[in-house]
Amino acid sequence: MDELKNVLFTKTHEWVKFEDETTAYIGLSDYAQSEMGDVVFVNLEEQECEVGDTIGDAESVKAVSDIYSPFTGEIVEINEVIVDDPGAINRDPYGTWLCKYINISDKEELLSLEEYEESIKE
Amino acid sequence: MKLIYETSTKDHKALKLPKCNISYELDSKYLRNEKLELPELSEVEIVRHYTALSKETYSVDDGFYPLGSCTMKYNPKLNEEVASFEGFSDIHPLQDTKTVQGALKVLDLTKKYICTITGMDDASFQPAAGAHGEFTSLMLIKKYHDERKDYKRKKIIIPDSAHGTNPASAAMCGFDVLTIKSDNGIVSKEELKKVLSDEIAGIMLTNPNTLGLYEKDILEITKLVHDAGGLAYYDGANLNAIMGISRPGEMGFDCLHLNLHKTFSTPHGGGGPGSGAICCKSKLSKYLPKPVVLKKDDKYYFEENKESIGKVKDFYGNFGIVVRALTYMLSLGNDGIKKTSENAVLNANYIMNNIKDLYDVAIDEVCMHEFVLDLTRFKKETGFSALDVSKRLIDYGIHPPTMYFPLIVHEALMIEPTETESKNTLDEVIGILRKVHEEAYSNSVDLHKAPMTTKYGRMDEITAARNPILKYGDK
Repeated sequence: MDELKNVLFTKTHEWVKFEDETTAYIGLSDYAQSEMGDVVFVNLEEQECEVGDTIGDAESVKAVSDIYSPFTGEIVEINEVIVDDPGAINRDPYGTWLCKYINISDKEELLSLEEYEESIKE
Repeated sequence: MKLIYETSTKDHKALKLPKCNISYELDSKYLRNEKLELPELSEVEIVRHYTALSKETYSVDDGFYPLGSCTMKYNPKLNEEVASFEGFSDIHPLQDTKTVQGALKVLDLTKKYICTITGMDDASFQPAAGAHGEFTSLMLIKKYHDERKDYKRKKIIIPDSAHGTNPASAAMCGFDVLTIKSDNGIVSKEELKKVLSDEIAGIMLTNPNTLGLYEKDILEITKLVHDAGGLAYYDGANLNAIMGISRPGEMGFDCLHLNLHKTFSTPHGGGGPGSGAICCKSKLSKYLPKPVVLKKDDKYYFEENKESIGKVKDFYGNFGIVVRALTYMLSLGNDGIKKTSENAVLNANYIMNNIKDLYDVAIDEVCMHEFVLDLTRFKKETGFSALDVSKRLIDYGIHPPTMYFPLIVHEALMIEPTETESKNTLDEVIGILRKVHEEAYSNSVDLHKAPMTTKYGRMDEITAARNPILKYGDK
């Protein structure tokens, strides 16, 4: 699981890869995509947000699920791939980022891979 | 199959009328310049077209239809007969009320009956469907707070097991939605206490809830909300479990909507129209959609109540549906209404208890009128999902249950048999559910490919959702 070496998680199933202290990419965990089933639409906008805010939603054939902000910061870029081909999230959840954050703070709640895996066992 | 427009042939007619022998002239401003694009067919062509269409669908007249939360009960044909009486079907909403006293009596009587069943004081039949009734009820709640100049109440509490229409209606009405987590399938008082404040406009609940469980703390829950200054709304989608046994009005609810097309046996599921009648306590009465039917000197009349939230539909709602619902209630009577709910609950428990050795039940307790299976383990062990099982049931002539709802259960199948199914049917269904389980575990049938016996096989739902084609042909 080399690709997950530097990845952190939220309890709400987002993953986070930091570029530096205040810049990061986020996506949806493998567990999230398998629970949701085939993702057909992702709705996200560039915005300033606080930790825990709903920043958008992902629609699958089963249901619509909210996507939560892992920290406080500013979303400055949305991955065009997920707009054209949301199925990429199912095929390669950790290779498919949703959006890019800058000016990040309030990131204390993030979980390590081990902590995250423990949390989804329940 | 062809569209009716594609079957059209110039000058084909179902009726040939003699030429009009009265001369008349109409002002050109009343005349249409363009030709009406209507299909031209003979009577037999029309009959064959619609008969062919009806064969491609499935209704409760065809067989078992356990679509959880939808109460797809059989609709007695007597309802149709009564609704087709001239005095109900050949009247106009703008007719002088003196000439439609019988129709107004239907509205008044039905109001009395649904208020008796729900323990409420007043009602309106304007909302055309369930979600419309939810929205209208929330407008009453909003108006109630606004009239008291309590403008800070902007939040509505909704449990995570709620029908998806609840948060949607709240948002449409301008409220913010606060979702609270359930505890073992029912509302957690602790979670509720955490979110109560003077910004709460109210709570939306259904009881029994979407897991088919009775909210046993309902009196405490509504009291907590009332003490915080909020109102309580009851989603009547699950009323079929409790009629004649317990009443939302006595549970502490202030307003509610009913689905006449679920509980009161009127057409449903493409067959509509629906009726999302609402009921309320007297403190909300004056805000009901206008006009309301009142009676003075033995005569019924319409009153434009001044403090009303206004109209939510033209005229008085889907009147023909109210006639059907009234016919249903009158044919059942007090005892029949109660037996209806008892049998609905008995039927659900009968199926549940005869399959739960094979399938996991989400919350293994005595259920109300419906229950939810959790196929998580089943999927892990067989590789087949709730979707695959649903599709396989189609091969056995059963309408699939509600899938993937409520959201708090993974791989959910929600089964609501209703009271109108006989023991024979239930036994047959139990046999089929057990057989599908055997097929999955023995891998004798590839359930991923089901349905295999229908005209169209497994639909590609993913492509349909990702690349929807929203127009027919080139037009």
